Amino acid sequence: MKSLLRGRLGTVAGFTLGAVLLLGVAPALLPAFNLGLLGKFLCFAIVAVGIGLAWGRGGMLTLGQGVFFGLGAYIMAMHMKLADASLFGGSGVPDFMSLYGSGEVPGWWEPFRSPAVTLLAVVLVPGLVALVLGFAIFKRRVKGAYFAILSQALAAAFAVFLIGQQATTGGSNGLNGFRSFFGFDLKDPNNKLMLYMIAAVVLLLSVAIARQLMHSRFGELLVAVRDQEERVRFLGYDPATVKTVIYVAAAVLAGVAGALFVPIVGIISPADVGVIPSIAFLIGVAIGGRGTLLGPVLGAVCVAAAQSSLSSTFPSFWVYFQGLLFVLVIGFMPGGLASLPALLGRRRRTPPEASDPVAPPDAPDPDVEERATKPEEVSR
Amino acid sequence: MRVSVTKRAFYSLAAAAMATVLAGCGSQIADPASAGSTASSGTSCVDTSGSSIKVGFINSLSGTMAISESTVFDSLSLAAEEINASGGVLGKQLEVISEDGASEPTKFAERAGKLIQQDCAAAVFGGWTSSSRKAMLPVFEANDALLFYPVQYEGLESSKNIFYTGATTNQQIIPALDYLAEQGTKSLFLVGSDYVFPRTANKIIQAYAAAKGIEVLGEEYAPLGSTEFSTIVNKVRDSKADAVFNTLNGDSNVAFFRQYRSVGLTADTIPVVSVSIAEEEVPGIGLDNVEGQLTAWDYYQTLDTPANKKFVAAFKSKFGTERVTSDPMEAAYTSLYLWKAIVEKAGSFEVDKVQAAADGVTFEAPEGLVTVNGENNHITKTPRIGKINAEGLIDTVWSSPAAVEPDPFLATYDWAKDLTK
Repeated sequence: MKSLLRGRLGTVAGFTLGAVLLLGVAPALLPAFNLGLLGKFLCFAIVAVGIGLAWGRGGMLTLGQGVFFGLGAYIMAMHMKLADASLFGGSGVPDFMSLYGSGEVPGWWEPFRSPAVTLLAVVLVPGLVALVLGFAIFKRRVKGAYFAILSQALAAAFAVFLIGQQATTGGSNGLNGFRSFFGFDLKDPNNKLMLYMIAAVVLLLSVAIARQLMHSRFGELLVAVRDQEERVRFLGYDPATVKTVIYVAAAVLAGVAGALFVPIVGIISPADVGVIPSIAFLIGVAIGGRGTLLGPVLGAVCVAAAQSSLSSTFPSFWVYFQGLLFVLVIGFMPGGLASLPALLGRRRRTPPEASDPVAPPDAPDPDVEERATKPEEVSR
Repeated sequence: MRVSVTKRAFYSLAAAAMATVLAGCGSQIADPASAGSTASSGTSCVDTSGSSIKVGFINSLSGTMAISESTVFDSLSLAAEEINASGGVLGKQLEVISEDGASEPTKFAERAGKLIQQDCAAAVFGGWTSSSRKAMLPVFEANDALLFYPVQYEGLESSKNIFYTGATTNQQIIPALDYLAEQGTKSLFLVGSDYVFPRTANKIIQAYAAAKGIEVLGEEYAPLGSTEFSTIVNKVRDSKADAVFNTLNGDSNVAFFRQYRSVGLTADTIPVVSVSIAEEEVPGIGLDNVEGQLTAWDYYQTLDTPANKKFVAAFKSKFGTERVTSDPMEAAYTSLYLWKAIVEKAGSFEVDKVQAAADGVTFEAPEGLVTVNGENNHITKTPRIGKINAEGLIDTVWSSPAAVEPDPFLATYDWAKDLTK
């Protein structure tokens, strides 16, 4: 009970620290360009929170989060393209459509002229797609590698579809060249700061939601489904529903992240939503520690930051390095770097909660941590 | 009870966070009255005080385009080395900062932003695919910086922040069609990769063909990177077209030409005119498969000009005698020298002065004399049709009598009116 209380206080302290770092320290210290980069990493981190839930907690190896990320991103991009085209008495037709297409806005673009519809769609479209898919997949008890392959195929198909629709989705060029974001000038540095802040707040909120989910009865059920699906079924629960709910949550997080990515980065293209980016989302989560709350977030940010700084200096080396890191973590540390303190602690035969100087301040209490890291053998 | 403690903490945190956002940024509702009058966000940080000046190279050094783009990086490096050896630009040595575009448009946009905002490069050179250029264009416009883009492309674009030193459509595709028409070609089959350049090129070819009475017997696309061409190749054979116009890119060419040959088609039966195969690509496709086929470019390694002999010799001595030079490499090499010439005419590295001085600047390039057209920021080029010879190099079989003025929007062609309205 004492440890529980400590964990809870630690959580609040951890969130406060995170909020201060993200909303206060980072904007004050980082130059505009780096803050923009950090904003992009935070978008990846929001996706990672969802993957942490679906994969780390739910055991669903989602190799296709790029689809939901892309849905959110393209919806936002379509709205911004349409809004820009109507700016200052414009024709209302995005530039690339008159260049490569018929010069008319297709019907399925029209709803996204409305800011309200766009904001709703960013949440609802990925959520609904995941709901339909989730039910179709999990009701049939598709799981493990089959689910992973299915989700990856979906990402590949989505990217191919986007590339083929040059006149309506921008094809391989994607959508870019945005000037405004809900009426705000995107060139204005203060508005860039605002976008960063929104991403940071959304990340904090999504971590908070994930934390609540993890510690709820539903979260326990989710872990139970991951580890012993049949037993849960015999107990009278429907594992398909549990899985679908968390799959939808992960999809919504990815969609929101995509919608934030577009104004922050200024471009979305099929290369950002296909198989490779979908796997890249996963690598950060795996390296950080998929079963923990903050592991996916820190992993996603660190891997993206390392990629950004290392890939220019050693362009071909980075790919190997990333692959090697992935293999090492999966092979020797399935719980990710977040399990490092626990592993060391166990080796030293000291009670886990007494050791951990490196543990994130809001790491779940040790017994949860144990449960989160041990059953990897099962889900692998 | 426990729940309420946590919840309260979360809600208060969320509220605090929201308040921070609103307090920090709520006042910034900036909606410029017009794009032209208030667009002054480009605060240049280019440092011209020292004895060196920074320039950025942005090429894909990893990913699928690395094999092509690293050759452009090599020739840019050669040009920078030569310029530094001969005293630099306005007396300043070039300090090259190289970034990897990783074959992804988003990466190109991000890295271009870094070169401009963080490294403060006076000009940036590179890009290959249309998507990489389209991704970088708003970055260069928003920061009011300069990009020199060295690859032939689909036209229909002109930005005051981009100098295009590769061919636009009327310096490559239209001359190739003119050549085919001159040879008595009555029917064409179009094969391309499924992305913006082939689609736009084929739109132009269709319009040209309709105007000149050439029949287009088929228009087929394969996904980028596709290696399955048996259906397309059979369609080409059955169509009995006089020639194939090939806008396939990258690896697909290997599979296409191999399967083309396997159904008994050769340069003698149905010749293929390619616009994306240069000296660099021939060994990869296999000389056997493409010998005798036609290409359309503005530069070949075999060109007999003093500037080209010097360029080829310098390139081989720096990178090895087995290396070849190609059109995009030459255009990249030329782009750095053109920038030097423009800066020296302007007497300044400042973007607006460079833009103002660009019109009419010339350079004796390996492909011949090129002149910057200040109206659309493209350059004059001499279109040439080539035939791949037994050594894997390309011999010129037809050359435009004079350098062709760039016309990216095909405004001077009557039959193209409907394409660009």
